[in-house]
Amino acid sequence: MVASLKKTNVVVVGFGWAGAIMAKELADAGLNVVALERGVMRDTATDGAYPTSIDELTYNVRKKLFLNLSRETVSIRHTITDTASPYRVLGAFLPGEGVGGAGLHWSGVHFRVDPIELRLKSHYTEKYGAQIIPNGMTIQDFGVSYEELEPYFDFAEKVFGTSGSAWSVKGQVVGNQRIEGSFGGNFFSPDRSSEFPLAAQKNTVSAQLWGKAAESLGYHPYNMPSANTSGPYTNPYGCQMGPCNFCGFCSGYACYNYSKASPNVNILPALRLLPNFELRPQCHVLKVNLSEDKKTATGVTYIDPKGQEVFQPADIVIISMFQFNNVRMMLLSGIGQPYDPVTNTGVVGKNFAYQNMATIKAYFDKDVHANPFIGAGGNGIAIDDFNADNFDHSQVGFVGGSPFWVNQAGVKPVSGISLPAGIPAWGSAWKKGVADYYAHTISMDCHGAHQSYRDNYLDLDPTYRDAYGQPLLRMTFDWQDNDIKMNQFMVGKMQGIAQAMNPKSISISGKKVGDHFDTVSYQTTHMNGGAIMGTDRQTSALNRYLQSWDVHNVFVPGASAFPQGLGYNPTGLIAALSYWSAHTIRDKYLKNPGPLV
Amino acid sequence: MMADKPQDRSLSRRKLFQGLGAVAITAAVLPQCVQSDSSQSAAKEYKPTFFTQNEWTFIQAATARLIPHDELGHGALEAGVPEFIDRQMNSEYARGALWYMQAPFQPDAPSTLGYQLRLVPRDIYRLGIKAANQYVQQIHHKSFDQLSADLQDLMLKDFESGHAQFNDVPSKTFFSFLLQNTREGFFSDPVHGGNKGLVGWTLIGFPGARADFMDWVDRNEAYPLPPVSINGQRG
Repeated sequence: MVASLKKTNVVVVGFGWAGAIMAKELADAGLNVVALERGVMRDTATDGAYPTSIDELTYNVRKKLFLNLSRETVSIRHTITDTASPYRVLGAFLPGEGVGGAGLHWSGVHFRVDPIELRLKSHYTEKYGAQIIPNGMTIQDFGVSYEELEPYFDFAEKVFGTSGSAWSVKGQVVGNQRIEGSFGGNFFSPDRSSEFPLAAQKNTVSAQLWGKAAESLGYHPYNMPSANTSGPYTNPYGCQMGPCNFCGFCSGYACYNYSKASPNVNILPALRLLPNFELRPQCHVLKVNLSEDKKTATGVTYIDPKGQEVFQPADIVIISMFQFNNVRMMLLSGIGQPYDPVTNTGVVGKNFAYQNMATIKAYFDKDVHANPFIGAGGNGIAIDDFNADNFDHSQVGFVGGSPFWVNQAGVKPVSGISLPAGIPAWGSAWKKGVADYYAHTISMDCHGAHQSYRDNYLDLDPTYRDAYGQPLLRMTFDWQDNDIKMNQFMVGKMQGIAQAMNPKSISISGKKVGDHFDTVSYQTTHMNGGAIMGTDRQTSALNRYLQSWDVHNVFVPGASAFPQGLGYNPTGLIAALSYWSAHTIRDKYLKNPGPLV
Repeated sequence: MMADKPQDRSLSRRKLFQGLGAVAITAAVLPQCVQSDSSQSAAKEYKPTFFTQNEWTFIQAATARLIPHDELGHGALEAGVPEFIDRQMNSEYARGALWYMQAPFQPDAPSTLGYQLRLVPRDIYRLGIKAANQYVQQIHHKSFDQLSADLQDLMLKDFESGHAQFNDVPSKTFFSFLLQNTREGFFSDPVHGGNKGLVGWTLIGFPGARADFMDWVDRNEAYPLPPVSINGQRG
């Protein structure tokens, strides 16, 4: 017998950035909000306390803040005819768990989006003709424009306390100022309604050397927007942040200094004060319950900390878990038609996309002090000359673009030391190698966009189950020709910048023809799609307000809504879309609950 | 190797005594004697709780080759790497408690799909050390720790490449865990039992838990302060 609790207006499933934003905005509108988080309670005072939080083994290496795979994971296969194997040990991607989700342990790279990426298919088709999109590539438009989202990008930056340099504000160019060590705004970025809430952070020696090399080649280096504070800050919710001191313990850690934006620091302190909000950690949601006609959700069923199954009735259900868990929750609950790649029908699970990374390490003599332990997760110098459609795609043979950057986020000795080719992995020669190169290596990345394809998709695994007996999500995913071509093009361009720095040697980690998706070595945790937004219910799971086409009181914010991957990191767009959705619920849906489109 | 040359012995000996704590000094012996002498002194200081005496002897001898004591100073033994690994064997990591360990297992899946064995690190060490010792016995009729440094290195290379055929655990897998955990013990905070005297951090210039570099962000200069640990030890 499942116990039934008192009805609430809104139940939020998953308390990361998207869940925290939706909870705050809807609670501020006077609704009763219950947030359910499968993981434990987390806070700066407990999980970020100095000095025990500055421990590489516990956090980066043993991965304390990440998903505990013993309870649930995904299975992975490369093609539709393979048998999937479970992702048993964390490697290529590191989803979060616990209050704050991945927003607690992220780095803090806080971009908006290049406007053309929101209407990628239309843009490429209009500019280059439909033939530029290869067979099997399934890119789509988001169904929302940069102009519509701009106020929400702006507000999210004010909530996050983001540091950066604007290029243009209300049509006026303001970002072409070059002062010592700083590179100003991004020449290619769209107009903004206001400056960043905080000025850009200082730049590391590594980033400055790289920026100068990029500039010498005629590119347009800029200060990366960083949700690590350049000074003390109080956000619109009244939450306070301290200035970032470049300790280098960002990604994988809870910032001890209250300098890296997180749901825990920037939203929860204000949300906690509201009597109409309740956060319940260690509550694992099994499914969204639907009415008999399957047109509305009645609430969610979850396992409480005691192990008891309970039903939480609600008027509105927000599914705001990690990207692939959003997709799995829809599949487990029967919301939307599951995608079938053979017949190319259905929508839930389609357009699963990732990030198309490459990295170059440049090794220097001992007169270049990269001091790689100094860093801030969102900090760095980037160029957008090869991002989005900022260069001519007519002859390059691929769709997509890539920002390049030096984003020195704090390199740790166990996990981070890279050595030039030819140095063995152990023994005295290795020891000499780490002594010679640790402090004198500069790392740069192509953070390429990744497109969606008919054969890269998500569904439920037929064999493997989670700790609660439910099927795991199955990823069918591999690199396609377009990805390899783009990766090789980008590596070639970035190699030119690396060489312009005059290093002793470089090493390149990029993709070769025939490479398969490798789940072992870390790439990014930027997974997209599977529950995508759009303008047509035949080709998307959600409408442009992140509302389920089929079950109108279910909203699904997160990178699961992206029809393909961005060149940039996803968090800025996730936050803006969450605000856009929350405001639409407040302004339109509550007055007249039903399909918004 | 260079540390075996007479002039290097005195150099490394002198370096050993410069600015290193009591733990390190107990291990300050000539490189040729490092393996046996240090293992004796380390055994007095730390009693393994997971490894048997045989296993402990192997771990000490093997880690001493992975990160040797040489002209650049201390290696795995002086850093307490064996103690670190033994202590890790009692963690949830070594019990595989954070891994998805449900059947069916597909040990022959492509390596790009990641770890697919049903063994947890405790099993990998137990089975791996046993198989490694058998492999060495078969070829050299001695135990691993009795081999010369050069022969030990050759045996480790057989494990690393997978050339050595073990029955229950791939030798390559065993070696990758041994190497990874050895590096962890050399470079992680001393609170976990390794990196004693902060020797790993001192070697590369990592400042440890200082965690405030506001005034050094944009300086192209070597960072001047020695490392500090979570518990306030200084290197």
